[in-house]
Amino acid sequence: MRSNDFRARSHPAYWAFIVHRLSGLLLALFLPFHFWALGQALNGAASLDAFLHWTEQPFVKFAETGLVLLLAAHLTGGVRLLMLEFLAWRDWQKTLLALSAGISLAVGLAFALNVV
Amino acid sequence: MTGEEGAGVMDRAAGSPPALRVRVWRGGEAGGFQEFQVPRLESQTVLDVVTYIQRNLDPSLAYRFACRVGVCGSCAMTVNGKARWTCRTHVAGVAQDDTVEIAPLNNLPVVKDLVTDMREFFDKWARARGRFTGTRSRSEDFARVSPASPARREVDAAIECIGCGVCYSACDVVTWNREYLGPAALNRAWTLVNDVRDNAQAERMAAVAGDAGCHACHTHMSCSERCPKQIAPTAGIAGLKRVIAAAVLKGGL
Amino acid sequence: MNARTQVLLWVAQRATAAVLALCIVVHLVTMVYAMRNGLTAAEILGRTRGNTAWFAFYLIFVAAAAVHAPLGMRTILAETLAWRGRTLDCAVLVLGCALAVWGARAAWAVFG
Repeated sequence: MRSNDFRARSHPAYWAFIVHRLSGLLLALFLPFHFWALGQALNGAASLDAFLHWTEQPFVKFAETGLVLLLAAHLTGGVRLLMLEFLAWRDWQKTLLALSAGISLAVGLAFALNVV
Repeated sequence: MTGEEGAGVMDRAAGSPPALRVRVWRGGEAGGFQEFQVPRLESQTVLDVVTYIQRNLDPSLAYRFACRVGVCGSCAMTVNGKARWTCRTHVAGVAQDDTVEIAPLNNLPVVKDLVTDMREFFDKWARARGRFTGTRSRSEDFARVSPASPARREVDAAIECIGCGVCYSACDVVTWNREYLGPAALNRAWTLVNDVRDNAQAERMAAVAGDAGCHACHTHMSCSERCPKQIAPTAGIAGLKRVIAAAVLKGGL
Repeated sequence: MNARTQVLLWVAQRATAAVLALCIVVHLVTMVYAMRNGLTAAEILGRTRGNTAWFAFYLIFVAAAAVHAPLGMRTILAETLAWRGRTLDCAVLVLGCALAVWGARAAWAVFG
């Protein structure tokens, strides 16, 4: 059997799916590292501070902004799905999609602006 | 450019129209695209193009059609990557650089060229319990169902499905999860879940629940995007998710 | 795994999604606030040390994530690698337990 390629997938709801799946996967991979980093506090505040000092590097700050964007995108995309699945069907899903994209971008910017 | 006489319906317009480059899938599961040059005409549909090829260029080309006026769904194929009814697809609307690519529907075994084996599509329809089971006999009065009732509105929004397979072809979950019942079967199940006359609701909900059923839908909405009848199977599938979750949390299923 | 269990897993995924949505809003606001104050161990621990409310919050957060992430991975692995059945279910269960343990450890690390 033949399968769909990018031409069949070029519509907003599908892009929303891609963003949601990718962000979820990357966040799931990041989470163990996040727990490890915070666990450094078990070795005392100095140990946590050493790690936090390492995160001051520009590329880490850049990655952190990316992570916040991923988190916000996964959150807003997830809320959109919860609404589509649990509330009565709406025809203006594209608006929902735009809203979620907008909010996640705003959150990412708020983080980035406070970091810089 | 092939030679043709100016006889019959497909007369050439004055001043030699440009040729349409048509890539058509040939073969079965293994195969490839074969190229044809077809005279480009005004108001030409993709089905016109396929018909022209089979009648004038290569009689061995296999394809399906029936009504050719957009009511039967038999001519459903993949055109430039998207599943559509070829009789309702104007070449002018889809041709890119005077080229059109025509392939069989996705997610179904290819029998030959543009013809697919639809059996699994209809088998899943049956597995989803997509058939009506009533309680009344001919000696009883008609059931009275108000068209304005919320349940009937849900049914009416989804009832026009003619089983063409376009949504099934468009759905990636069907590709990734071979047991997945698919949008058409689930959409039909939804119309029956909302049919107050049907008395097989428990069996139906059991049939469409789980990893092979409605819960595998990721709301890609490719089905709703492609449906030629503007049905949104995504809406019905979301409805099934709600109804089944409620049933399970009450201890049912 | 029967259909009823699969439905319950789907419900768990949606329920933890709702819990995480609330937790993450709090988490994002906290992070922006913390970044403004300058991110140091003192700043973080000053907020969390001995604070049972934050501890409870992070434990709930960890529990929800330890259910939600493995269920999401289960779907991704099944659909991309066609890996299904008991071995996959065991693998994601192990992932869930690991996240729960490491997460609880992290919550304790900033509380205790």
